Amino acid sequence: MDAGTLGTISTVLVAVAFAGVCWWAFAPRRKKRFEEAAKLPFERDANDPETSESDPSSEEETAKQEQAKNNDLSRRDEE
Amino acid sequence: MSSSLAARGDHPVYDYKVVRQFSVMTVVWGIVGMAVGVLIAAQLVWPGLNEIWAPYTGFGRLRPLHTNAVIFAFGGCALFATSYYVVQRTSQAPLFGGWLVPFTFWGWQAVIVLAAITLPLGMTTTKEYAELEWPISMLLTVVWVAYGIVFFGTIAKRTVSHIYVANWFYGAFILTIGVLHVVNNVYIPVNLWKSYSVYSGTTDAMIQWWYGHNAVGFFLTAGFLGIMYYFVPKQANRPVYSYQLSIVHFWALISVYVWAGAHHLHYSALPDWAQSLGMVMSLILLAPSWGGMINGVMTLSGAWHKLRTDPTLRFLVVSLSFYGLSTFEGPMMSIKTVNALSHNTDWTIGHVHAGALGWVAMITIGAMYHLLPILFGRKQMYSVKWINIHFWLSTVGIVLYIVAMWVNGIMQGLMWRAFNEDGTLTYSFVESVQASYPGYIVRFLGGAIFLLGMLLMAWNLWRTATVPESEPADEVPVEAKA
Repeated sequence: MDAGTLGTISTVLVAVAFAGVCWWAFAPRRKKRFEEAAKLPFERDANDPETSESDPSSEEETAKQEQAKNNDLSRRDEE
Repeated sequence: MSSSLAARGDHPVYDYKVVRQFSVMTVVWGIVGMAVGVLIAAQLVWPGLNEIWAPYTGFGRLRPLHTNAVIFAFGGCALFATSYYVVQRTSQAPLFGGWLVPFTFWGWQAVIVLAAITLPLGMTTTKEYAELEWPISMLLTVVWVAYGIVFFGTIAKRTVSHIYVANWFYGAFILTIGVLHVVNNVYIPVNLWKSYSVYSGTTDAMIQWWYGHNAVGFFLTAGFLGIMYYFVPKQANRPVYSYQLSIVHFWALISVYVWAGAHHLHYSALPDWAQSLGMVMSLILLAPSWGGMINGVMTLSGAWHKLRTDPTLRFLVVSLSFYGLSTFEGPMMSIKTVNALSHNTDWTIGHVHAGALGWVAMITIGAMYHLLPILFGRKQMYSVKWINIHFWLSTVGIVLYIVAMWVNGIMQGLMWRAFNEDGTLTYSFVESVQASYPGYIVRFLGGAIFLLGMLLMAWNLWRTATVPESEPADEVPVEAKA
């Protein structure tokens, strides 16, 4: 087999593999599973000292913190 | 560890001690490595500085010390710290490995110290980014295997079903660097501090740059993408833009990167088809690189206002802009006709530093500003205002640095290829060196400004570690404390 044929075969194989990865990642039946995986950095366990702090799922809490931060900044500007 | 002995900021379940040790050393080695960088930049402006303590302080001996210190000491400690932190938190399991965990810390520090001693003494294999002589190289291998056992052992005992994408990137980085290091460092030792590579000629060059480029691809890219996939969502307080895209990003990036190393050997004795393959693979690499960058930046969609108030997030997001810049510039420079102009000029140095300062250092600094308060049991760093000052020092420093190198590089490339009508060279080499002089001054200034930011970070870290939370720095004017 010459180098040209080998190149063609490997190019096709890589293209198929890439399409396969895209299909595997974007197939609708795995959507929910990946959405849950994306939340892993925000998981907290019972022993975590951060538990009492803000929960990213509660937008209200986040908004309150932002507000507090903004107040901080404006106060600093006045100085 | 009994809770009464636990330091402030220790976690009851996870091992934060080793994360804290590596984080502090990240800042320390960052300053050391960048200070050496500023010194060698100054040597190019004032050549007399080569003679401070000859022959140990010559440019040729300090340059590998600089590259090893910033890549493996600064970058390496950051990768150890963040990977140990992220793998525990996203696997919801403490670190595996018992005594191996502190061994990786002390072993890695020993490698760094040995490098800092042997390189100025002139003990070197002369292989780029793999200069360490064989005994240190062996120690490094042992530490790396221990790192792999700790990391993958922790993944194996995870209590969640999924392996978070950041861990995939860290895992690929640990595995590939192990393979690269072992293959590139096959030596025949002649005595304790001298060895010869078993490879020779073109084969040696190809293996060296297969290693060298993947040190960039897996150490300085995949590892730091692991940082991005955890710390950007965490600091922005929202999940990554598209988890599906991150999977495609991972597989595309790791399968393309390993083929691109040949672009370091354009117009060399390397077979022409191998050069062209390296060029094509480098061009393809633009797609996964930008896919990943977009995924990181778009994580902020709907929360762009956070950039106004949060300098830590700004470090993380601006690092992604520099990542986009250098992963565009890299493929462009790998095109053979562009490379004919850029090769061996300061443009290459500028490209490396757009990646190293803009991407690697800035995402590391951002991750550290996220991590350090947690590790020292505080809500935030001692001074958020100083983080903001650090951000601007870094940005200004990088821009000065890379613009100076662009100007120098393109000018050198054009001067070297200029011919007179009779076929003789228009400029002698030394004329191009003289013309580069103003650029070297600007580069020195840029580097010094960046280093200044790191010193501010160290001071902020020191205050974060020692001053109780009840004394927030930002409420009092800075002059009062000075």
